[in-house]
Amino acid sequence: MDVNGEVTATKAPSAPGNLADALHAGRFAITAEIGPPRGADAESIIHKAELLRGWVDAANITDNQGGVTRLASWGGSVLALGAGVEPVMQLTCRDRNRMALQADLVAASAVGIPNVLLLTGDHPSFGDHPDAKPVFDLDSVQLVWTAQWMRDHGKLLSGKSLKPAPRWLIGAVENPFGPPERFRARRLGKKVAAGADFIQTQFVFDVDSFAKWMIEVRDLGLDQNCGILAGIGPIRSIRALEYIQNHVPGIHVPEDVERRLRGVPDDQVAEEGMRICVESLQQLEQIPGVAGAHLMAFGYERGIPEILQRAGFGPRSAPNLLSGQGSEHAS
Amino acid sequence: MRNQPASAGHAAGKPVPTDPRFSSRLLYLLHRFLQPNRFYRVLAAWLERHGWAYRIFTKAEEKAKSDIFNCQMCGQCALPATGYACPMSCPKQLRNGPCGGVAANGDCEVYPGITCVWLIAFERAEREGHEDDLALLQRPVDHRQRGRSSWVNYWLGRDDELWTATDGLDGRERPVQGGARRDDKVAA
Repeated sequence: MDVNGEVTATKAPSAPGNLADALHAGRFAITAEIGPPRGADAESIIHKAELLRGWVDAANITDNQGGVTRLASWGGSVLALGAGVEPVMQLTCRDRNRMALQADLVAASAVGIPNVLLLTGDHPSFGDHPDAKPVFDLDSVQLVWTAQWMRDHGKLLSGKSLKPAPRWLIGAVENPFGPPERFRARRLGKKVAAGADFIQTQFVFDVDSFAKWMIEVRDLGLDQNCGILAGIGPIRSIRALEYIQNHVPGIHVPEDVERRLRGVPDDQVAEEGMRICVESLQQLEQIPGVAGAHLMAFGYERGIPEILQRAGFGPRSAPNLLSGQGSEHAS
Repeated sequence: MRNQPASAGHAAGKPVPTDPRFSSRLLYLLHRFLQPNRFYRVLAAWLERHGWAYRIFTKAEEKAKSDIFNCQMCGQCALPATGYACPMSCPKQLRNGPCGGVAANGDCEVYPGITCVWLIAFERAEREGHEDDLALLQRPVDHRQRGRSSWVNYWLGRDDELWTATDGLDGRERPVQGGARRDDKVAA
């Protein structure tokens, strides 16, 4: 088996979908996030998906985000598919051992979910069931590695064959700003080595620091093997700003952003936050090696088209959902 | 020293980030004396044949490593590749580096006031010129080895493929132990 051959094979996305197409064609990719409801409320997801339809290449469906139990990511992904939005199914190591993780990954492919995003997950101690057993059987690098093995070698970790092998684009996350700073680009390198096709980053409010991190990423050549989508979102109130600063680990809000938000009257903070978000998006697009942006606007999904429009990203072309056989990259 | 090891109290037995009692320099040095050789292989094989001796040996190993590293007895020691800070003392037991929730001051997101064990690992490895070790991919843990002696496993060669030989960026490595050899044989 030729190692070089394998690497080439994984570079061309084998999963059919808009996100794969955008990354393959070098078109600036746009993804957004849909948080599922707590209750058995299909309408909530369909409604959010309809707000995003035509504006994004794909939308993440979060998986018990923040350790808070909600409608499952696979179910939300199926609902999004039905609503005409390509899903990115998030899957965390917090709640499942390697058997459940692999089973969910196979099922995702079988029901036509074209993208998965594989993460470690927040610790349950932050969530609504702090009494739950934290699983963490695999870590995120091992899960990405496992998915790549399943897709490109058609095998489970046990060595048993998968026929047919699953097909999805493999995503992962990275926080460019978390300590130890000198290790963060190499940490991304581990995910790329393990098989990540794309990366979505933590919120970028500090564009200058992000640009510096991207220099390291390019020096390692990681942007050549992996589509890097910069995370972004609007801060629409002083309360939200303070919450992010005090309660969300791993996010850095630089002083000039804080000064701008605090420098306007209360009723204009939301607009200033939108303006900062739009400007950041335009700046991020100019950074070499950035393949796209990932928009996170919790509870404000309706604002995403406006951000995109103002930043100069018109509606996307017609989605080619569920057109596996039509994909030119299908191998 | 920032975080007190297991014996300091609340950390005992639980995965709580721990700054090892011994310097990384000393431990890299000590490792040279623990490398598999004929004597250790014979000893390890003898221990496995004698249950009572294996239990005493494993208990002693557990005591020593709990005191120094807050060892969780996974039986598959990653210490030589992590600056001799135990990744199993991370509350998420991450073996491939820190999560995204490390606070700006380096604190663990689960235990504020306690430094992330991966930050400790990075600093220790970097100080001794071993930071490249952290880029190696750590394979999934075999949970059947929990509570077993990792020294015996190490001497008997079972840990040879716990992590990859390179950072994997030049060619894909496999997440399963021994998978490379089996597959290559099939291809040839």
